[in-house]
Amino acid sequence: MNKDMKILVVDDFSTMRRIIKNLLRDLGFTNTDEADDGNTALPMLQSGKYDFLITDWNMPGMTGIDLLRNVRADDNLKTLPVLMVTAEAKRDQIVAAAQAGVNGYVVKPFTAAVLKEKIEKIFERIDS
Amino acid sequence: MSKDNTLGGESGSMIDEALKEQVNQLQALVESGDQAGAMALISEMNRDRDDSLYQEVGKLTRSLHEAIRNLQIDSGRTTEDEDLSKIEDATDRLAYVVDMTNKAANKTLDLVEDTMPVASKIRDEAAGLKKEWDRLRRKEMKPAEFRDLTKRMDTFLCGLKADSDKVYGNLSDILLAQDFQDLTGQVINRVTGLVKEVEENLVNLVKMAARVDEITGTVYVAEQQQSGIEGEGPQMKTEQREDVVSGQDDVDDLLSSLGF
Repeated sequence: MNKDMKILVVDDFSTMRRIIKNLLRDLGFTNTDEADDGNTALPMLQSGKYDFLITDWNMPGMTGIDLLRNVRADDNLKTLPVLMVTAEAKRDQIVAAAQAGVNGYVVKPFTAAVLKEKIEKIFERIDS
Repeated sequence: MSKDNTLGGESGSMIDEALKEQVNQLQALVESGDQAGAMALISEMNRDRDDSLYQEVGKLTRSLHEAIRNLQIDSGRTTEDEDLSKIEDATDRLAYVVDMTNKAANKTLDLVEDTMPVASKIRDEAAGLKKEWDRLRRKEMKPAEFRDLTKRMDTFLCGLKADSDKVYGNLSDILLAQDFQDLTGQVINRVTGLVKEVEENLVNLVKMAARVDEITGTVYVAEQQQSGIEGEGPQMKTEQREDVVSGQDDVDDLLSSLGF
């Protein structure tokens, strides 16, 4: 796993973005950017050469699931690994995210260990 | 809300009784061949129906007024009004909660981000010193190196005191930053009380609306259900719900059953 990879963290709450960025820094990832919803994130992704997307689900403007669908529908972004970190915990939602092509799903509240495990699992699978 | 809003209770059963009586009379009239009498009875029934409808509408209007007054939303409110409605007040109170929790979270994050490098620095220097210390104990150290080590040890111990003070100070500031819980808790409890009150009044309104539908015979088709994947935010009482996962393990199980 490349520790210099560029990561975009999308969440409408700045404190949650800070928490995720801190956890990522502890894991050795320091090349991170932030966006507060899908509408802000999508143009950043399209122009910014990101290696990994971590997104919340429930956001004003464009939600995380719509952002995921937009990413998968974009020829330049469709292989971008996406981890959903969200309070949304309905089975139907998790199935919908899986069908939309999410690479991992973490429910809030989460621990640093869970975040680490899911990120490692995603890149293990991609690298193998 | 007072009890006279439970609409149509007694008067409803009285109407029912009267209606039964009239039906019996009508049947008797029709069977005896009294067409004119039957027609007269039918129009009397119509009139009764209209009268009771007017009565019910009158009652509904009064109850509706009371219910709306209880909701304390005044349509004629002007911006100069200094008194906030309860709803506006609740909105302000909740905005205060968001503000307080936001400040507390950011303050805590600031302090944590300030403290973490201190802890890293102490750990790294301690690890370095331990290595040197082990060499000393194995008698692998030259006198010049030993002098360096004592100097380094001295700097470390002096720094450790200052660093510990900083960590301790930051931790007690983090402790104090949790005071929002008390304040926001009180505010949320008040707003919860208001929401319950509003709900009670709304339920009464719905009951009244149902009564109107009953009197006028209006039937509504149920609205289509949503697809069920719209964002809802944190789920409550997950252990009592089948459609919600209870934690990360559940998510992992579900995803692995989908081939993840």
